[in-house]
This record gives sequence, structure tokens and C-alpha cells, in this order.
Amino acid sequence: MEILSEGIEWGTIFYSLAAFTVLMLIIGKFALKPLMGIMEKRQNQVNDDLDNAEKSRVEAEKYLEQQREELKAARVQAQETLEQASKMSEQQSRQVLEQAKQEAERIKEAAVQDIEREKEQALESVRNQVASLSVAIATKVIEKELDEKEQEKLIDSYLKEVEAK
Amino acid sequence: MSAQSIYWTPFELFGTPITFNVTTMITFTIAGLIVFLFTFLGARKMAMRPTGLQNFIEWVVDFCRGIIKANMDWKTGGRFIALAYTLLFVIFVSNMMGIPFEMATYETHSVIWKSPTSDPFLALTLAAFVVVLTHIYGIKLRGSKEYLMDYFRPKWFLFPFKIIEEFANTLTLGMRLFGNVFAKEVLMLLIVGLGASSLLWGGIMFAPTMVWQAFGIFIGSLQAYIFAMLAMVYMSHKVESH
Repeated sequence: MEILSEGIEWGTIFYSLAAFTVLMLIIGKFALKPLMGIMEKRQNQVNDDLDNAEKSRVEAEKYLEQQREELKAARVQAQETLEQASKMSEQQSRQVLEQAKQEAERIKEAAVQDIEREKEQALESVRNQVASLSVAIATKVIEKELDEKEQEKLIDSYLKEVEAK
Repeated sequence: MSAQSIYWTPFELFGTPITFNVTTMITFTIAGLIVFLFTFLGARKMAMRPTGLQNFIEWVVDFCRGIIKANMDWKTGGRFIALAYTLLFVIFVSNMMGIPFEMATYETHSVIWKSPTSDPFLALTLAAFVVVLTHIYGIKLRGSKEYLMDYFRPKWFLFPFKIIEEFANTLTLGMRLFGNVFAKEVLMLLIVGLGASSLLWGGIMFAPTMVWQAFGIFIGSLQAYIFAMLAMVYMSHKVESH
């Protein structure tokens, strides 16, 4: 074989060994070290970002829940207010109605009293007039002067008779 | 094939001729420069948001990290990232270099362009380098007592086999790489040589050449991966107590 006959190529061996070692050292020191550093840094950053994103998500969810709760509360409150308002208006209208009814009742009462009083007055005046008229008529008719007191009594008795009827 | 590398023997040391394989030296240097260039262009800007080449380099680094993590704890193995990265990348580039074309001088058939990994000395040198490094780090990280005790584990009579294993590891690691790439190149030369012999053969051999080149790319990638992976496997055997 060629290799055995020519012996070991020590030159090639040393050269390749030196070349490889130098290349490895240079690459390791000047390229891979900073590159690994930046890769690690990036990894850390990505991890941080993921953590932050998770944190933000949780926070956002919390906010959302809070908002939802608030909205619900506001809705309930609005409903309550509305109900209260309608109740109040109903009450008010009822009150107004009641008042009006009372007023009407009162006015009616007053009117009835007025009428009663008028009627009484009218009756009184009629009674008086009838008394004096009947006296006058009687005077004229029978030409006889009657005692006014007696006359009145007589008329009263007549009227009572009429009323009783 | 009569293709032969260019040799240069400038002097002798202790009666041994110091021979340089100039072809291997040139091609390996070029492979190293390519790796250097790619790595530095990729790592130059060092952006938090990587683009283009930096993405690629980071992907390779991540790949190496995967190889290391598959074998040992990252706290122990993190220091070997440069070794794994350089092995993977340089061997890959070296394997690829012989695929598009090979160059040889017309008169003497001296090869001046090939895959440097098809040189057994280079492949074995890398393998020996890796194995020696595993011993160095084994002693450094676990202490010489633990390191020596490992030769008698799990049973004392396994000691001879443990010694053989170290040499076998070196040989197989280097020879596997050399054998694959060398075979790829030999068959490539045969196919291309046949194709170049006449116009008719050229037409016939066009498709096989393409197929073999595709297979060469596959083999080259695979061998680079295997070399880096095995280097880390051997390393983990030495630096991790088990």
C-alpha cells in the first residue's frame, strides 16, 4: 500500500492539527461565544415576553370580569331606578286621583249644602210670603182682620199638614 | 486511478522525513477559510432579531447544541460547542468540496482539488485530536483518580478491552470518515472518467454522475453529522460519571 510504503505524513498531520485547532479557537472565542450570548439573551427575552404576555392576559381578564360585574350592577341599578320611578309615578297619580275625588266630593258636599240652605231659605221666604199673602188674601176675602199671630199658627198647622202628606 | 496528491518533503526530523501533502493542506485551508468566512459574516452583526446568514449560523449552533444535549448535561457539555460546531462545519464543507469537480494536473495526474477528508491522515488526525481531547477533559473535569478508575469499570478484567477501545475508537472514527469520502471520490472519478472517454459515454453517464453527486451530498452531510455526534459521545463517556 502506498501509505505504508511512503511512511506517515507527519507534515500533513501537524498542519491539519494546527489548522483545525486555530480555526476552532478563533471561532469559539470570537464568533460562537458572543453568538451564544445573544442567543441566550434572546431566549431570556422571549421567556420574559411570554411571561409578561401571560400576566397582561390575566390582568385583562380580571379587568373584563370587573367591567362585566360593573355593567351588571349598573343594569340592576337602572332597573331599580326605573321600577322606583314607575312606582312613584303610579303612587303620585293615585294620590292625585284621590285628591281630585276628595275635592270633588267636597265640592259636591258644599253644593248640596248650599242647595239645602237655599232651599231652606227659599222655603222660609216662601213661607213668610205665603203667610203675609194669605193674610192679605184672607183680609181681602173675608174682610176680617185676623190676629196675625193666630193666622200664622193656622198656616203653620196647614203647612204641617201638607208636609205630613 | 493513478491520481496522486502533490507531496512536499522539505526536511527530515530525527531521521524521519516530514512529508506534507500539499493538496490536502490547500483544500483543508480553503475549507477552514470558508467556515471562518461564513461564521464571521453570520456572527458579525449580532442582532437580537437575526436575519439571513445569522439565522443560518444560529441554526447550526442550535443543531450542535442538540447533539451535545443528546449526550450530556449542558452544564458539562456547553464548553464543547466550539469543538462540535467546528468539526461539523469543517467536515461538512470538506466533504462538499470534492462533489462539484475535482482538479488534477494533466501531465502527472497530480490532484490539486478534492475533498480534504478523503486523505486518511487528515481524517485520522481529526479523530485522534478528538480522542485526545476526551482524555484531557476527562482528567480535567473528573480528576485523574476517577479517570483511571474508569478503565476498571464495571469489572477489573475489562481493562485490556478498555485500552483497545480507545485505539479502536480513534481508528474507526477516522477511517469511517476517510473511507466514505474516499470511496465517494473514487467512484466519482470512475464515472466521470468513463463519461469523458467519448461523446456517447458522456451522454450515458450524465444521469449516473448526477445521482452519484446527490448521493455524495447525502454521504458528506451524514458523515459530518456522525463525526460530530461520535466525538460528543466519546466525550460524554469520559467527562460524565456513570
